[in-house]
Amino acid sequence: MFTRILSITRKEVLHILRDTKSVFIIFMMPVLMVVLYGYAITFDIKDIKLGIVDRDHTPASRALIEKLTKSEHFKIRAKADNARQVEALMMQRRIIAALVIPKGYGKSLQTKPMTKVQVLIDGSNANTATIVSNYINFIIAGYSLQLNSKIIRVPISTEPRIWYNPDLKSANFIVPGLVAVLLMMICAMLTAITISREKETGTLEQILASPVRGFEIIIGKVIPYILLAFLVGGIVIIFAQIIFNVPFRGSVVALMLFSLVYIYASLAIGIFISSRVKTQQTALMFSLLGTLLPSILLSGFVFPIAAMPQVLRIISYIIPAKYYLTIIRGIVLKGIGMNFLYSQGIYLFLFGTLLLMISIKRFSTKL
Amino acid sequence: MENISVTATNLTRAFGDFVAVDHISFDVYDGEIFGFLGANGAGKTTTIRMLCGLLLPTAGSATIEGLDIYKNSYEIKKVIGYMSQKFSLYEDLTVSENIEFFGGIYGLKNAELSTAHDQALLKFELEAHRNRLTRDLPAGWKQRLALACCTMHEPKILFLDEPTGGVDPISRREFWQTIYDLTKKGTTVFVTTHYMDEAEYCTRLSIMHEGRIIAIGEPQELKEKYNKKTIQDVFIKLVDH
Repeated sequence: MFTRILSITRKEVLHILRDTKSVFIIFMMPVLMVVLYGYAITFDIKDIKLGIVDRDHTPASRALIEKLTKSEHFKIRAKADNARQVEALMMQRRIIAALVIPKGYGKSLQTKPMTKVQVLIDGSNANTATIVSNYINFIIAGYSLQLNSKIIRVPISTEPRIWYNPDLKSANFIVPGLVAVLLMMICAMLTAITISREKETGTLEQILASPVRGFEIIIGKVIPYILLAFLVGGIVIIFAQIIFNVPFRGSVVALMLFSLVYIYASLAIGIFISSRVKTQQTALMFSLLGTLLPSILLSGFVFPIAAMPQVLRIISYIIPAKYYLTIIRGIVLKGIGMNFLYSQGIYLFLFGTLLLMISIKRFSTKL
Repeated sequence: MENISVTATNLTRAFGDFVAVDHISFDVYDGEIFGFLGANGAGKTTTIRMLCGLLLPTAGSATIEGLDIYKNSYEIKKVIGYMSQKFSLYEDLTVSENIEFFGGIYGLKNAELSTAHDQALLKFELEAHRNRLTRDLPAGWKQRLALACCTMHEPKILFLDEPTGGVDPISRREFWQTIYDLTKKGTTVFVTTHYMDEAEYCTRLSIMHEGRIIAIGEPQELKEKYNKKTIQDVFIKLVDH
């Protein structure tokens, strides 16, 4: 049995090594993705282009403006006299938000219980608009409390402190997700392709006529991809640590163990796909649709599951990447251990086993 | 009475409504070259696949070296060699790597494997090309390599499915010489073909048409029976009735 499995593994390694282009892609893609996602797709917004309409011109109004510009989030790009000018500036995309301080602001602060200022935000990118609005509210609320406390006692004040990712760095959040996507891709897509390739070229028929059992073929074929997955996962985590200082707080052993279960589930998907298709082309299509897209879109990698409509939230429960994301973010960012995560691991294991059982029935030693 | 290697009794295989192989019965004797002659789509490949345990029959039975194709398909795979229609080799592996791989999946290891590997290279005259990638070989050599791969474990019976398709005449002659050499050592050969000249090389021949065996016997016997000079004429007479 081991001789046969080993022969298949050795042959599979040769296939991988001979295909230098693919090897290059397999190793370059993770690095590229870390850089791209880490730098380009960031949810942190710095240097928001802000316009100011100060109709008050008092020390009080200048103090408010200074509050905003002192934070690194805002840069004043233009000063305008009225709302119409603000609109023109937004259309030229010179600013994306504007603060309008009304006449009498300073005086009102002294005399009235409540004073209003206006904020205008370019909503053509809803995501950015929400973030900008939050930033401004946060700063003004803080300033307002500060002013208030000089006069009266503040009964309750919150002092938010964000744990596990205190600087709210996107990279910390994205990189573990990338590992989930890449492992899924290597294990599911590449195994689906390698098995369907043997069907397509007829070599599967040739080896099924030998005393090799179905499970020996499958085990032999997936071993190299398991190793490849660990290698790529390791590269991403180490690389992210070097360029983005993404922390690693938990235990490496725990992460490897859980990753193995996730890899198992991903391989099961790949084998399932290859048991149903006849050509490499369709295998590729189905693995893109069935693994890569859901792992990116529905797992909580980019879009929070809590914000999804009911239907998608239900679908997300069957996606392995969702569970692995909880695991890897937990271990990498929070440093939590096995006892908090074992239920996720069990789910992944059951998912993989169920799928394997269905596909091995079909992937018998008959054509 | 000679020893029987393969027996088929009313072997049948249907794909939906289409009956590819229709109640065929025949015996193959030890050490002979048994030919299956027929046009494309006559059911030759389907028959071979059933005998090799790659496809389940719809009805009928068959034994190979006394082993039942339903119950002992795993044991059967150890005693047979099978060369599929397209000489399915790994194109991105070298000659030597292909031979090693097939030896390995037949359970050969270490010293046993390396001896068998070296012998195969010698026997099939592939020594000089051992490190060439299979995709760069001419068709005739690929065919020899495929034969080398499926005989690594010295099978008792060898199934060859159109082994000479797309190969030049000289390579075909050499190939048949190799097959004769194998039978001298006691290997039984079951071969399908649609080349009439190759049919003449067989010890016994069965002519297949639309899923049925319409004639069976030694080539000479068949020619006399139908009063024709060549197997080609016999074939045309039988199919064109």
